[in-house]
Amino acid sequence: MFLSIMRLGGVVEMARRLRNRPETIRATPPAPGPAAAAARRLRGSLQLRHVDAGSCNGCELEIGGTFSPVYDAERFGLRLEASPRHADGLLVTGPVTRNMAGPLRRTLEAVPRPAVVVTVGDCAAGCGVFRGGYGVEGAVGDVVDVDLHIPGCPPDPAAITAALRGLAGR
Amino acid sequence: MSPDLLAATGLLGLAGSAGGAVVGLRFRIPVVAGTTVAACACGLVTAGGVLSGGGPVTLEVGGIMPLSGFSLSLDPLGALFTAVTAVIGICAVIFSLGYHGPGLAGRPASTALPLFVTSMLLVPAASSVTTFLVLWELMALSSLILVLSDQRRRAEVQRAGEWYAAMTQAGAAAILLALVLLAGHAGGQSFAALAGHGPGMASWVRNGAFLLALVGFGSKAGMVPLHVWLPRAHPEAPGPVSALMSAAMVNLGIYGIIRVGDGLLGGGPEWWWLTVMGLGAISALFGALHSTTSTDLKRLLAYSTTDNMGLVLLGVGASGIFADTGHRALALIALVAALLHVVFHAVFKGSLFLAAASLEQGGGSRRLDDLGGLLRRMPVTGTVFLVGSLAISALPPLCGFVSEWLLLQAMLHGLPTGDVAVAVAMPLGVAVLALTGGLTAATFVKAVGIGLLGQPRSRGAVDASEVPAAMWAPSGVLALGCLALGVAPVTLVPAVLRAARVVTPAGVGDPLRHGWRLGLAGSRGVLDPVLLGLGLVAAVAVAAGARRLVQRGPVRRTAAWGCGREAQTSRMEYTATSFAEPLVRVFDDVVRPNRHLDVSHTSESRYYVESIEYHSSLDDDAFERRGYLPALAALRRWGDLARRAQNGSVHRYLAFGLVALLVVLVVVG
Repeated sequence: MFLSIMRLGGVVEMARRLRNRPETIRATPPAPGPAAAAARRLRGSLQLRHVDAGSCNGCELEIGGTFSPVYDAERFGLRLEASPRHADGLLVTGPVTRNMAGPLRRTLEAVPRPAVVVTVGDCAAGCGVFRGGYGVEGAVGDVVDVDLHIPGCPPDPAAITAALRGLAGR
Repeated sequence: MSPDLLAATGLLGLAGSAGGAVVGLRFRIPVVAGTTVAACACGLVTAGGVLSGGGPVTLEVGGIMPLSGFSLSLDPLGALFTAVTAVIGICAVIFSLGYHGPGLAGRPASTALPLFVTSMLLVPAASSVTTFLVLWELMALSSLILVLSDQRRRAEVQRAGEWYAAMTQAGAAAILLALVLLAGHAGGQSFAALAGHGPGMASWVRNGAFLLALVGFGSKAGMVPLHVWLPRAHPEAPGPVSALMSAAMVNLGIYGIIRVGDGLLGGGPEWWWLTVMGLGAISALFGALHSTTSTDLKRLLAYSTTDNMGLVLLGVGASGIFADTGHRALALIALVAALLHVVFHAVFKGSLFLAAASLEQGGGSRRLDDLGGLLRRMPVTGTVFLVGSLAISALPPLCGFVSEWLLLQAMLHGLPTGDVAVAVAMPLGVAVLALTGGLTAATFVKAVGIGLLGQPRSRGAVDASEVPAAMWAPSGVLALGCLALGVAPVTLVPAVLRAARVVTPAGVGDPLRHGWRLGLAGSRGVLDPVLLGLGLVAAVAVAAGARRLVQRGPVRRTAAWGCGREAQTSRMEYTATSFAEPLVRVFDDVVRPNRHLDVSHTSESRYYVESIEYHSSLDDDAFERRGYLPALAALRRWGDLARRAQNGSVHRYLAFGLVALLVVLVVVG
């Protein structure tokens, strides 16, 4: 009896939290993104393949949060795809390590054209604390052309969602 | 039509065989191939004449064999089988000119090859018991010599030969008993006398003869559980010989069952044919399942022969049931379906076996896990194999579809005809047909996908190159035949009807609408292969056109997506074993693979594993392991006991004599 009350309490709590999702996301209109041309083309639906090019996994946690029930970025037509063949572009995290430079290029090669590249986190832009490491090839921009950067260490889910919405135009 | 051509067939075969034994190596192959092809041509012309309505061709030669003459009579039923053998024979012999596989140029093989082909041509024409048995035995022995061509180099050939010899001789003994039993009660040994007396014989004679014939001929047709020789002998024989065996020789088992059951005995009670249907269904499923799990290309094809002969037996059994219950039209249709499947199976299995031999020669192996990427390296052979695979998977507009459709129609329309047994058997037959169809498709997706597509898995496959025209042309002709017969079965159906009428009850009108559209009279189901083919062509054209319309700009080509790996090697590909693994898992109880898991530990501690080896093999099937091997072991134990009694000591033999004498005295006194 006690347990089931506890369980029910948990469900109620979860429902309450879901209802009070961060208002910022629901209210903010899509920011006029840096890639307005891409937004016109994507028409509110953005499918991304995530590539971890050497991240510390901080950004991965936040991306996981972005697509969790709490932030639920899929509401805005944003999705993570399993195959680059089905994707509009890449979502890249971390500095590019030597071993991941080739796979990153090949993954981009596998995306149908035109493809967008979105980087998440400060490491992707300037290698962060990993700058100069012996295993680091460089920033993502040194390896492939980047269309949109989401700054932060790590950026929070709200920021990620907002930036992607700007790109998708929805 | 005059019997001269029939005589010429036999004489050419004998001449070819003599030539193969006498002529030196330089001219041996042209002589053997020339005479064999000529014998096939003579047989084909004779059979063609009979099939197009020219009446039976009869040839009686007295004094060849002691006590009895040599009598041949080719009626439409026999002519159909002769014609099939002749076409396959011509293709296989021409193929052998380019084949540098094992030992076909050797003296024993080139003596046996013309004899083998000619005896197969003449077996369906034999019209007396002695003639039939002599030709049958000739066929069995000459094929055994051909199977053993490569025995010096590989031990497994010898083992296959042992199995084949034992099974084929046991089968021949059963046939001998059946025919002698009939001849003894008929008071004559010509097939005409047997057919005259057969329907009126005592039921134990009829039952005994039929069951013996079913065992003897069934083992030749690869019927489960007498099939054990087939997946051993067919793969180990040289390429053209395995094509001959699988596309022509197994048919004669079917011929024998039809000839004895329907022809000489004039049909029989329902339980005969339910037995035939049941064994056919088991053969079909068992063969299909094992071909799905085989990783050896030729073994796969051999098991699929068991599968297809099972389907033919389904048709033969259904026809017998319909004839027994008085549904003559359906009996005729079911037999036509079965005979059509015999012909079509010969065409596509011939092309597949020849193409498989080409792939083996080009790619250096017949293990699927050593092949790969051969469609690009051997485009003609690969295409031929692909067409044959589509035909055997019964996809329209190729020929396998027509016969399986007709078989399905016959069984579906048979539903309301009989008693409870029929009402249960027919839907089960339909289900078996459907399941084997699916398994066959999976099998050939595996064969083509693993063997022809992807990356080469061995040095031999990397260096593979197209075989000479003498090899791809015959298999290509057969593949074209798959397409032609599938689009225009109208060219064949009248002849098959004529053949089927020989052994089904007379007085049936035309139960089949057989213009360009094929259908059952009085039923709405119609198959229009031409329209189907045109529709497919149109659909492909529309799809291609639509793609061109939709496509904007040039197509960007990139490497296949492999999760961003540095290099994609053939070791990352699916293997034939892994492709079949889910099916093996599902059918684990039936297939029962041999599994061995060896784990070795490091010397320091048993907690650390040094290596794990996992072997899974399907070299022998469940029937062999459960039925044959224990029986053989028991036989051997018995032999050992007998040897203990026979130890060569004179004293012991004297004691045996004394004991025997005492026993006789006690018993008599």
